[in-house]
Amino acid sequence: MISIDVNGKTVEARKEEMLLSALKRAGFEIPTLCYLEGLTPTGACRMCVVEVEGVPGLVPSCAYPVFNGMKVQTHSKRVMVARKTIVELLLADHPDDCLYCVRNNNCELQTLAATLGVREKVYQGKKNKYKIDASSPSIVRDPSKCILCGRCVRVCEEVQNVSAIDFTGRGSSTVVSTAFDQGLNVSSCINCGQCIMVCPTGALREQSYLKDVINALKDPNLHVVVQHAPAVSVSLAEEFGIKAGTDIDGIMTAALRTLGFAKVFDTSFSADLTIMEEGSELVQRIKTGGKLPMMTSCSPGWIKYVEQFYPDFIDNLSTCKSPQQMLGAVIKSYYAQTNGIDPKKIFSVSVMPCTAKKFEAERPEMGRGAVQDIDAVLTTRELAELIRLYGVDMNGLTTSLPDNPFGQRSTAGKLFGASGGVMEAALRSAYFLLTGTEMAELDIKEVRGMKGVKEAKVKINGLEIGVAVVSGLSNAANLLEQIRAGRNDLHFIEVMTCPGGCIAGGGQPFNANTDAVIARMKGLYKIDKSEPIRVSHKNESVLKLYKEFLGEPLGHKSHELLHTKYAKRQVVQ
Amino acid sequence: MLSTKAQDVLKKFPDAKRDSLIPILQEVQEADGYLSKQAIIEVGRHLKLSASKIYGVATFYNQFRFYKPGKLTIQVCRGTACHVKGSAKILDTIKQELSIDAGQTTKDGLFSLEVVACIGVCGLAPVICIEGEFHANVLPENIKNILDSYRKKVSQDD
Repeated sequence: MISIDVNGKTVEARKEEMLLSALKRAGFEIPTLCYLEGLTPTGACRMCVVEVEGVPGLVPSCAYPVFNGMKVQTHSKRVMVARKTIVELLLADHPDDCLYCVRNNNCELQTLAATLGVREKVYQGKKNKYKIDASSPSIVRDPSKCILCGRCVRVCEEVQNVSAIDFTGRGSSTVVSTAFDQGLNVSSCINCGQCIMVCPTGALREQSYLKDVINALKDPNLHVVVQHAPAVSVSLAEEFGIKAGTDIDGIMTAALRTLGFAKVFDTSFSADLTIMEEGSELVQRIKTGGKLPMMTSCSPGWIKYVEQFYPDFIDNLSTCKSPQQMLGAVIKSYYAQTNGIDPKKIFSVSVMPCTAKKFEAERPEMGRGAVQDIDAVLTTRELAELIRLYGVDMNGLTTSLPDNPFGQRSTAGKLFGASGGVMEAALRSAYFLLTGTEMAELDIKEVRGMKGVKEAKVKINGLEIGVAVVSGLSNAANLLEQIRAGRNDLHFIEVMTCPGGCIAGGGQPFNANTDAVIARMKGLYKIDKSEPIRVSHKNESVLKLYKEFLGEPLGHKSHELLHTKYAKRQVVQ
Repeated sequence: MLSTKAQDVLKKFPDAKRDSLIPILQEVQEADGYLSKQAIIEVGRHLKLSASKIYGVATFYNQFRFYKPGKLTIQVCRGTACHVKGSAKILDTIKQELSIDAGQTTKDGLFSLEVVACIGVCGLAPVICIEGEFHANVLPENIKNILDSYRKKVSQDD
């Protein structure tokens, strides 16, 4: 530890750390725009400039290492003028249409302009105009609103190992774009939406399907049903000012009913169904010498990533559809049949923490003929928007239970929302399938937590099963490279595209720091701890579905409805 | 498919890393006359860099172009002296006459249009340069005649 002087106070700093992290830890409020914890500092925006005694110019604290005895001024006159000027200059080339912007009241640039007291248009001139790229089913890019902080570029490259976008051009005509300025839909973008999560302005947003849902709800000829993913009920609360990690499942169900959905189903039900299929698939692959290690297929960003960058691993992917698609498929088959509803008249909505689910729902293989499994995907944020739009008072609602036949879930299904959850649920059931008895200790602590790579060895019937759980695709890529190089001690790998799993997905509420994401994760494990049914194979509704309709896991009907295939995908890489 | 010449360029840089990117792009452009999409993608594969990154670097520099050049390249000087003498109007007239923007090639493949910062003959402003031939003190009303003379020349050569 070394000590530095900040505004006359002595502050402890770690040797070789950047000044900004020492300042933040000591509680100094330093505005930032391009800074992202854990990623390479670029010093691009200069918002975090401070004055260091003896250094001629102002220095960007995010990219300036501390040294012993340094004297820092964080809010001197010179610093304040510089910060305000930076915002004024950014606004000089930014559309003045906050009222119409998706990030109104939730925009870092807007907040900074307000905090720094920007009250007039100091610099006026011609503004850059760019076409909006709405080609992707998941993400919309509006470069006119971009302030070139480069957070999206770094997340796409460093966290996801995709690099679909980068800075192009030079000087005042610099713009973040894809290769050859083509649409995101033909780029290597995997639709994860992590770029949206880090964008300080409205330059990146989800492709909204709210209008379609609202129109469907108004249409008397449509039977509109909704499902919600495991991670949504522990995240939605934040949109309404409730503490991160609070589970508002019952309230959310009541709100969805108030909005006019005929049935409210729980995607955690089909997470249990996924476990029955995927667990059986794993057991079958192990018993019959199938392709190993098997890799999970719930996360659509990861699926597209493999199809593009690692097609030699396509046979390792589980053929199971994701829980969203499985539920969509049984809604338009079993549910339609048993209730005498024409599948074409069902409008099936899902609420997901994810933007890639929008892409997944549109995959041509995700349906039968003209009937798609899912008709519209909303993010957690869009659901909050819908609730506000219809003036539903979340405080005035009485909790409500989801509808049969797809309302019951085990807590294992709920765990799908966190990295490690699918693995834990699958192991609990695979153990039962292989031994006929329950695991003595259902908690598999090694696969829990926020770490990007988690590994464990699990003994079942004398067989040692090697498992790995990764989240963030750069971690997945590292693991695939190890396997390509000959690593062969793994049987089963869970991959989630977003770091930490769906709780940190690209469709989740903004402004969540790591603590909020951890709180969401804890919310899920709290549910797992407090309820009696903790394994998917004890979900009565799932068992009934097999008895009445599907037959058995991996059976003929399952293959038709619940499994899919993947193919090498040509995109601009 | 990548042109044979561009493939030869990549063969010259067998174990290249990202710091060889610009020399490789320069040589590919010299071989093909421009950077094709395929070339950018292949250079990316060769260096294990994404196409967006290569495209980003290439668009940073004026020296790279992304369209197949026409038989004749027209350079319009937009330096200070030419600007004062009305080069904006000259550029607009050429764009209209050819129905292309700067940085594009006409459909018949005859002309491509480039804007340059300063050719260095300010005394002749406004000046345009077609395949190395300078045209001094150009007026908008002369543009059609100048272009026609080249059209004629090319059709005679063919």
